[in-house]
Amino acid sequence: MRLNLTVNGHPRTADDIWPGESLLYVLRERLGLPGSKNACEQGECGSCTVRLDGDLVCSCLVAAGQAEGAEVTTVEGLAPEGEDGAPRLSALQRAFLDAGAVQCGFCTPGLLMAADELLAREPRPADADIREALSGNLCRCTGYEKIIDAVRLASARTADGAAVGQGVTPDAPAPEGR
Amino acid sequence: MPVIPSPARVTQQSHTGGVGTSAPRPDGTLKVTGEFAYSSDLWHEDMLWGHTLRSPHAHARITGVDVAEALALPGVHAVLTHDDLPAATHYGLEIEDQPVLARDVVRYQGEPVALVAADHPETARRAAARIRVDYEELPVVHDEASATAPGAPVLHPGRTDRHAAHVAHPNIVHRQPVLRGDADAAAATADIVVVTGTYDVGMQDQAFLGPESGLAVPDDDGGVDLYIATQWLHVDQRQLAPVLGLPPEKVRLTLAGVGGAFGAREDLSMQAHACLLALRTGRPVKIVYNRHESFFGHVHRHPATLTYEHGATRDGRLVFVRARIVLDGGAYASSSPAVVGNAASLGVGPYEVPHVDVEALALYTNNPPCGAMRGFGAVQACFAYESQMDKLADALGLDPVELRRRNAVSQGSTMPTGQVIDAPAPVAELLRLVRERPLPPERAWETTDPATGARTVDVRALPGGLSNAGHGEGVVRGVGYAVGIKNVGFSEGFDDYSTARVRVEAVGGEPVATVHTAMAEVGQGGVTVHAQIARTELGVTRVTILPADTSVGSAGSTSASRQTYMTGGAVKHTCEAVRAEVLRLGAERFGWGERHTLRLADGKVVTAEGEVMAALVDVLGGEAVDLELEFRHRPTQPFDLTTGQGFGHVQYAFCAHRAVVEVDTELGLVKVVELAAAQDVGRAVNPAAVVGQIHGGATQGLGLAVLEEIQVGPDGRIRNPSFTDYLIPTILDTPAMPVDVLELADEHAPYGLRGVGEAPTLTATPAVVAAIRRATGRALHRVPVRPEHLVG
Repeated sequence: MRLNLTVNGHPRTADDIWPGESLLYVLRERLGLPGSKNACEQGECGSCTVRLDGDLVCSCLVAAGQAEGAEVTTVEGLAPEGEDGAPRLSALQRAFLDAGAVQCGFCTPGLLMAADELLAREPRPADADIREALSGNLCRCTGYEKIIDAVRLASARTADGAAVGQGVTPDAPAPEGR
Repeated sequence: MPVIPSPARVTQQSHTGGVGTSAPRPDGTLKVTGEFAYSSDLWHEDMLWGHTLRSPHAHARITGVDVAEALALPGVHAVLTHDDLPAATHYGLEIEDQPVLARDVVRYQGEPVALVAADHPETARRAAARIRVDYEELPVVHDEASATAPGAPVLHPGRTDRHAAHVAHPNIVHRQPVLRGDADAAAATADIVVVTGTYDVGMQDQAFLGPESGLAVPDDDGGVDLYIATQWLHVDQRQLAPVLGLPPEKVRLTLAGVGGAFGAREDLSMQAHACLLALRTGRPVKIVYNRHESFFGHVHRHPATLTYEHGATRDGRLVFVRARIVLDGGAYASSSPAVVGNAASLGVGPYEVPHVDVEALALYTNNPPCGAMRGFGAVQACFAYESQMDKLADALGLDPVELRRRNAVSQGSTMPTGQVIDAPAPVAELLRLVRERPLPPERAWETTDPATGARTVDVRALPGGLSNAGHGEGVVRGVGYAVGIKNVGFSEGFDDYSTARVRVEAVGGEPVATVHTAMAEVGQGGVTVHAQIARTELGVTRVTILPADTSVGSAGSTSASRQTYMTGGAVKHTCEAVRAEVLRLGAERFGWGERHTLRLADGKVVTAEGEVMAALVDVLGGEAVDLELEFRHRPTQPFDLTTGQGFGHVQYAFCAHRAVVEVDTELGLVKVVELAAAQDVGRAVNPAAVVGQIHGGATQGLGLAVLEEIQVGPDGRIRNPSFTDYLIPTILDTPAMPVDVLELADEHAPYGLRGVGEAPTLTATPAVVAAIRRATGRALHRVPVRPEHLVG
C-alpha cells in the first residue's frame, strides 16, 4: 500500500508498505529517519515516541495506515533551522547535553519528545510533574537524575527569556540537584 | 557501496576540556538530534534481513529438521542449519562449549537452531515459522540438587576445559575455594556471637535499550565487514574467524552505535549468524532482535543461593566467615569461571576477617545462560555479606554502621586471598559520608492546610504512586546502609592490555591530535575521556576521535570498570611517547639540546617556568608524529585452586550507600525516597560522567532490590520476556541520588584513577533491602523483594 503523511513539516510518501508495518518501521526503514528508536516495540519503553497530529504516541504501536494524512514530528524535527540553514539545537537538546543527561543515548530521542511536549504545555514544571510526564520513557544508563536536571535547566533558560534554539555556552553549569 | 548512516564514517571532534573537567561528549550532538547511528539503524542497498529460529524447549534432542517449506517462501534467500556451518561449530568466551547453531541437542529455551535471510523482516520471521524441527524432550536440570543428583543428565559430556579436572561433578563449571586462617577452629572458640543466613538473588537482566543488532557486508576478497554493537571488537573477531573459516584479517569489525551494554554484549549474539548469512547469500545482512528475542539472545546475571555464617567477638570484631555461594550458570559457560573467581575472592566484602572459609561454584543447568552483568559476581556476594552484617549488628546490639566501621579494611589490610590492599581503601570514611548527610524530610507527600486542617496527599510520591494505591495510611520509613568492594580490570593473571594510536600534526595552521582505539563506547563516555587525555598530554585543543575498529590493536573489553584505566591509560601512554618524539623533533630543529623539563601546553612547547620555546605547529612543520602502543597494568596471578591465595586483582573500588525507603505495609509496596552514595574514584577524570556512572549503577542495584527478575520455571522456561513483565526502574521508581566523590589517588593507576561503574551497583541493593527490613521488621533474605514478602 501507499502512505502519504507529513513528517517534520515535509510531505512524504512511502510505497509498497506491508499493512502490518508500524509507523516506527516506516519512519526508520522507509523514510530514512532512524532517530525514533526500536527498544521494545511493545509500547513499554517510550524510545519510539513521536507526535502524531500533536499527540505523543509510541510509534511502534501505531499501524502505518493510521498515520495516513497525519502530521508527524520526530526527534529529527526538534532542532530549529538557524539563519544559515544548518540545524541548531533547541534549548531542551542543549540542556540534555549540558546536564549530562545523555549516556548511551538510545532513550534520548523519546525523552526529548516527551519533555518537549511537557514544556510546551507547562513551561515551569515541578519535579513531580517532570517525573509524571517522563514516566513512560525508560532509561537504563543515567538513573534519571540528570534527565530531570536537563528539563529543569531547559525550563529555567527558556523562562528566563532565552529563545528556544538559542545557543548556550557548553560549559554553563547545571543547577544543583536536590 | 556506502553503509548509510554509520558512525564509521563520522569523525568526532571536540574542542574543550582536559583531564579533570566535565568535558562534553563528542557524540552528544548526534545523540540529541537523532543522527547518531546505532547498530539497529544501519542500512545498505540490497540488504537482506536475518532471523533466528530458536528452541521452544529447555532440553531436547533434535530428531529432524526440514527447511523445504521455508526455502520455498518467496523473498527467502537462504536458510541455514548446523549442517551448513563451514568451519568451527562452537564458540565461547572462556570455554568453547556453545554451538553456533544447535545440532542434535538444545540445552536451553531460546537456543538458536536455524537462520533465515529474506528481503523483509516479516518474511524472514514467517519463513522461520515454516521450518519443521522435531524435538524429543529430555529431563531438565534446573538447580544444584537436580544438576548433581546421582544419574543427573550430564549437559556437556567429555569436557576437556581447564576446569574439568578439578570439579566434583561435570555439571559444575568451576569451583573456587578461598581459605585463610582456620575458620573451623575459630568457630569452635567460646564467647563468639554467630549469625547464619541463606540468601537468594534472582536472575537479573541487563536490559540495555538498544537491541542486539548489526550489519554484515560480504567483501569481494571473500571476507566480511561487520558493523556491530559489542563490548570488545577483538574478542568477537577472535571467536568469529574460526566459525567463518576465515583468517582474522578477513573478518573486519567496526563499532556501530551501542545502546548500552552492562555485560550483555560480552558474548556473541547475532554476530556469527549475520556473517554466515552474508557470506552464504553474497548480500549484506542485517539482524535486529526485538525485545522478546533479546531476553533469549544474551546472558543474564547469575541467580545465586548464598549460605553465610559470621562470627564476631562481643565487642564486634569479626573472627570468622564461612560461606558457600552457588551460582546458576545456565546451559553454557560464558564467563562463569571468572564470575566464580570474583564471588569467592570478594565474598566477605571490604572487611578484615582473620579466618575465612569461602567456596563459590557455578553450575551447568538448562536455565538461560548467565554471564557478565555489571558487578560480575560481586553483586550477589554483597547482598549476602551486607545482610549478614546487619544481622550481626542486631545480635550484638550494635549500630550497623559502627559494626562495619570497626571491621572495615583500609590501606595495608590483607584480603582473604592474601592480597594486601596497597592503595587507599577509605571504607570507614565512605560510610561516614553517607551517614552524616541530612535525612530527607518525612512524609513529604502530605500537607495539612493550617486553616482548615484538611489533609492533602500527592499520591505520586507514595508507594504505588500514580496507580493511586493508597493515601499513606500504612506507610512506614526505614533507613539502611551498605558498603561494598569490586575489582577493577580483568583478574587472575589475564593479560589485560589495551592499545592506542595517537597522531599529532598541523592542520590549517593548528595542531590537531587524532586518537584511534578499538574501545567500545557503550555510553560510558570513554570517547570523551580519550579526547580529554590527549588535550592534557599534548597541549592541543582540537582532538579527533576515530571510529573504533579492528584495524588498530585490541582495547580489551568495556567491562570490569576498566576502560578509563586501561584504554585511557593506553591513550596517555601513547601521548607521552608522541610528546617525547615531538620534543626530539624540536630539539633537532631548534637546537634546544637535552631539555627534560619541556612540556606541551596551549599549542606550544614551554619550559617548566612557562617560557615558550616554539609553537607546536612550527616544531611539526609538515610532519606528523604517529604512534601505536600497548599499555598494561601490573600483572596479577591466578588464585590457587585449593586455597584461593594469590595476587588476583589489579585494583579495588569501594562505594557506600544509604537508602531511605517508605513502605506501605498494608499493600507491600516500596518507594525508595533517597539513595545517597559515597565513592572513592581516585581521580575524577570527568566529574559529570563519574556521577552519571554512580547514578546509573545505583539504579540498576535498586532494580534488583525491588523490581527486576527474569522468572524461570522448573521447566527452564522464561515467564516474563518483555518490558511489560520484566520491570526496570522508571523515573517514578528512582529517587534523588546525592553523591559524594572522594579522590584518593591509586599510585599504580594512570592519574591515580579508579574504575567507577560497578561498585555502586553492588551496594544499592543491600542498602535498599536493609532499609525495608528496618521499616518493616521483616527478615527478607531474597531479592527482588516482592509485595508478598511484605504482607501477610
